[in-house]
Amino acid sequence: MAKEPVAVVGVGQTKHVASRKDVSIAGLVREAAQRALGDAELTWADIDAVVIGKAPDFFEGVMMPELYLADALGAVGKPMLRVHTAGSVGGSTALVAANLVAARVHGTVLTLAFEKQSESNAMWGLSLPVPFQQPLLAGAGGFFAPHVRAYMRRTGAPDTVGSVVAYKDRRNALKNPYAHLHEQDITLEKVQASPMLWDPIRYSETCPSSDGACAMILTDRAGAARSPRPPAWMHGGAMRSEPTMFAGKDFVSPQAGKDCAADVYRQAGITDPRREIDAVEMYVPFSWYEPMWLENLGFAAEGEGWKLTESGVTELDGDLPVNMSGGVLSTNPIGASGMIRFAEAALQVRGQAGEHQVDGARKALGHAYGGGAQFFAMWLVGAEPPSS
Amino acid sequence: MPEVLKAPLIVEFPFTRSLGPVQSAFLTGLRERTVLGVKTGDGKVLVPPVEYDPVTAEEIRDLVEVGATGTVTTWAWNHEPRPGQPLDTPFAWVLVTLDGADTALLHALDVDGPEAVHTGMRVRIRWAAERVGAITDIACFEPHESAEEAQLKPYDGEFEDAVTGIVAPARLDYTYAPGRAQTGYINALAEQRAVGERCPSCRKVYVPPRGACPTCGVATDEQVEVGPAGTVTTYCIVNIKAKNTENAAIEVPYVYAHIALDGADLALHGRIAGIPYDQVRMGLRVEPVWREGGRYPDHYRPTGEPDADYETYKEMV
Repeated sequence: MAKEPVAVVGVGQTKHVASRKDVSIAGLVREAAQRALGDAELTWADIDAVVIGKAPDFFEGVMMPELYLADALGAVGKPMLRVHTAGSVGGSTALVAANLVAARVHGTVLTLAFEKQSESNAMWGLSLPVPFQQPLLAGAGGFFAPHVRAYMRRTGAPDTVGSVVAYKDRRNALKNPYAHLHEQDITLEKVQASPMLWDPIRYSETCPSSDGACAMILTDRAGAARSPRPPAWMHGGAMRSEPTMFAGKDFVSPQAGKDCAADVYRQAGITDPRREIDAVEMYVPFSWYEPMWLENLGFAAEGEGWKLTESGVTELDGDLPVNMSGGVLSTNPIGASGMIRFAEAALQVRGQAGEHQVDGARKALGHAYGGGAQFFAMWLVGAEPPSS
Repeated sequence: MPEVLKAPLIVEFPFTRSLGPVQSAFLTGLRERTVLGVKTGDGKVLVPPVEYDPVTAEEIRDLVEVGATGTVTTWAWNHEPRPGQPLDTPFAWVLVTLDGADTALLHALDVDGPEAVHTGMRVRIRWAAERVGAITDIACFEPHESAEEAQLKPYDGEFEDAVTGIVAPARLDYTYAPGRAQTGYINALAEQRAVGERCPSCRKVYVPPRGACPTCGVATDEQVEVGPAGTVTTYCIVNIKAKNTENAAIEVPYVYAHIALDGADLALHGRIAGIPYDQVRMGLRVEPVWREGGRYPDHYRPTGEPDADYETYKEMV
């Protein structure tokens, strides 16, 4: 029996900000969930199951927050489960929810991811002291910066490419009312003049620390038929993992990422992603990851990704727009960041992306990665139902 | 087999909690010696209050004041209180349904022994002398014979100077054991030697060793001495001090590098010094520098050899 087609009929986000001191974690997730229900014109009673995700518990210090969030998310009397795959969790959470619909376990599923970074300090949470080891590492930036340098060495990319990405994403964010950073007076010069934090990564080439949540309502064909607005249809979805470190690991272009993309394209019948995909929301927490992922995801040949970025192809009006929403560089409630990519891809093919809409977007890719570039989650959504 | 190392690992952070409207009213109420509950859609009164109806999932904001006296619904004797618990003498953990409430609140009951506790006994709140808007504003419960008073008072939940956030310090005490392979590595490092392990299947040498090859999934046990010199495969220059972390003690800028020790098949991480930070480069040949009594190299410095050819280490970049 073929899988049930999966449709996205509701998307909801909070306005992402540095600190939402006015709400509890329950209040934060509730806002996103209510907006997704509102978008789908559904009520709590229409939801059959709830699948939520967030990054490590140390980020808020609430162990198993899903237990306490059951009433805020209307999960009482329904199955509720939590997914955890570090930074990619927002993507893998959506995929677990989608699989429940595809397998006909549930008809309509609420999926949601969140982070309230202001309750703690992610740099602390990622740099716990390990006995007998020299404390050297400082958060994610220090971990990823050497890999960015490796990319520059391998490809000969000019050192301005990172600032081009940051300048683009921050301008895109100005068109997205939910984005955290709205830097009205951003210029390329300002990005390039910002201090080096983890050379070669500059301050303006890093993501902010955000409080926010993102929710989606996923449903089957019957649910999609009742949708008041055009649904986005899932054409392919996959997850892949690999160890944090192993001999032969390619940190610049991890094999798990390549395999994950290849699986999604196979499911979706995509043979030439550069031509067949209209828009991409990819997980770029440090600006150099845009050219790196362009190669890893098959949009450019190895060593050529930076040329797409530099020539403006990934701009909002380019022919392969990337991170129309402003991306992780403009909004980073860590656990939610992957789901925001998936949701923004869905908004594009539904024609609901507002000012950052790509005209005529029919197929869009949502991408997330996490851990030491070791967990990957992606989906491809389309304006039309899948043909097979 | 040599003894496996162990060391305490303490994970501790003062997490903050934004309370939202309902918890804000509840905790501020405690400061004012007022216990608030919330009414659900089916007329039940929940204490402590929650923001969303457990049955209908609707937002609930209808606050009521319940009594400071109540009835024990169940209990467990705590014969050895731990630091941070409500009382430092043995006490009973009790669930108390306060008069007017339909759910029970967990707290401590101050009595001399378990024989003094029974389900159904009447108790009342003993307020803390200094109250700040926290659950600890209830110091504990104490036995108190009184008739149940079911009078509920509506409450607007409005207070002067409401508490909107709390700090919830958390601490976890672990015993960290790095395991057999890492213990061997750490012990060798203390003798200023770097000892990795070779995978019997793919023949790759892991430094530090993990005891198993992550690619082949087989145990590694053939020890291989590597280094002491190595090649910088890539690096970054750290310009900011990371607040709240142990490396905040290192002066910036410093160079955080991936170093492939001679004979190893993947790079380990170390700090480069003994050379201006802006002269560090990929391919730089380095060697460890030890400090008296140090368990690991303090840093790596240039050996003075010519840089390694990119082809010799590009598989590790």
